[in-house]
Amino acid sequence: MKKIHFFKVLMLALFVSFGVVGFAQHGEEHQAEEHAGKEANSHEEEFNLAEEALAHIANANAIHVFGDFYIPLPAILYAPGHGWTTFLTSKFDAHHHGNGEKAIDHYVMKHGVIHRIADESFPYGEVNIDGFTHGKIEKDGQEKEVAYAVVDGKNYLLDEKTTLDGGMLGGGKTSYMDFSLTKGAVTMLLVLLLFFWLFRAVAKGYEKNEGKAPSGVQSLMEPVILFIRDEVAIPFIGEKKYEKYFPFLLSLFFFILGLNLIGQFPIAGNVTGNFSFTMVLAIITALYVNFSGNKNYWEHVLWMPGVPSVLKVLILTPVEILGVFIKPFTLMLRLFANIAAGHIVLVAFVGLIFIFGHSGESVGGAVGGTVMAYLLSLFMMAVELLVAFVQAFVFTLLAAAYFGAATEEAHH
Amino acid sequence: MGGSITAIGMGLAVIGGSIGIGLIGSKAMDAIARQPEAVGDIRSNMILTAALVEGIALISLILSYILK
Repeated sequence: MKKIHFFKVLMLALFVSFGVVGFAQHGEEHQAEEHAGKEANSHEEEFNLAEEALAHIANANAIHVFGDFYIPLPAILYAPGHGWTTFLTSKFDAHHHGNGEKAIDHYVMKHGVIHRIADESFPYGEVNIDGFTHGKIEKDGQEKEVAYAVVDGKNYLLDEKTTLDGGMLGGGKTSYMDFSLTKGAVTMLLVLLLFFWLFRAVAKGYEKNEGKAPSGVQSLMEPVILFIRDEVAIPFIGEKKYEKYFPFLLSLFFFILGLNLIGQFPIAGNVTGNFSFTMVLAIITALYVNFSGNKNYWEHVLWMPGVPSVLKVLILTPVEILGVFIKPFTLMLRLFANIAAGHIVLVAFVGLIFIFGHSGESVGGAVGGTVMAYLLSLFMMAVELLVAFVQAFVFTLLAAAYFGAATEEAHH
Repeated sequence: MGGSITAIGMGLAVIGGSIGIGLIGSKAMDAIARQPEAVGDIRSNMILTAALVEGIALISLILSYILK
């Protein structure tokens, strides 16, 4: 018994060390880049934790493994007026923290993300670029931080990609669209394939062992599936109706759990900590809930029985209609915020090395920071492991509660 | 990051969340002391409620981070 316990602790420590080393290496290289940048560009940049953290949790167009080694991903880009451009992102020749050294048909890679140079005077085809620099411009009365690519001493403004809402939500419409297979998309496909294989094996087990005890991977999954059925689906939706929604709830749970867990690895993409991903999940859930709502549910939303008409018109109906939209909104934010915050805190702890070490000037500070960063990240990654399970569970539980509310029969 | 009003917002969010989680923890301890045999149920419900409260605090934290 004691031996097993020791083994568990050892495995956890190994896992966490792997993570810390992965993140720290990332930072180290950033530091090297900063030094190189200081000499070449004479443009000094302090270690900006907020910027660094957001760059680390963001989606990217190449998978960074270590040092200058990137796994290239296909880039599929469309610019009105120029048309489609497709190539592998290894063509950018990315060095130093995901900054590409080449521009291809106006596209450049900065911090692992593709941007486009909107300036039409810029030549098409492959062009060597000297580096990137930052600046501020005035737009709509607000100061906005922008980035430039430097070619032959001239600065070219980088365009952000058009957001999926077509720029309606304040993102603005820009000169190109990005349909690339990104790091997050690849991670998601990987998890999908893995789970397809895993659950095919489980399903085959049920065909083979009908009426018998489960075997193999089937016995690993059965307690989890039963837990979701007995603790989530049946209490919230009810004995009679839960079977219709059970597959959807199980898919939600295992998909979120798998992505949460794979997000703990330094190389893999952070998918559940991405706004657009959780938004799609929440929208699918909301559509399913509202389309399966019965007469009783809509009566409670639009015209609550047993309440004076004045109250209905003034308070209840508006609030209930708002509630239809607020429910998926909180689902989206809760999952996104929990996972993203965990990753930001991890980057912040590793950033202690560079804050105490004054970007390589103080060795003692860096060593002290490393010890602190190691212990704090150890703690944080253990918490993150718990959060991965709890958030998958909470999302499923709330979805089940919404299904239950939408399909409840009248009982008064 | 220093000197911006969003830092105050982040601090307030953390205060709110920690008061909530502290209350949950203290009540759970009371409940466990009163009924030690129900420790499993109480613990899992405690973690679930704490996750829900923490979610609210984290939402404001992330928003203040992004909308700085």
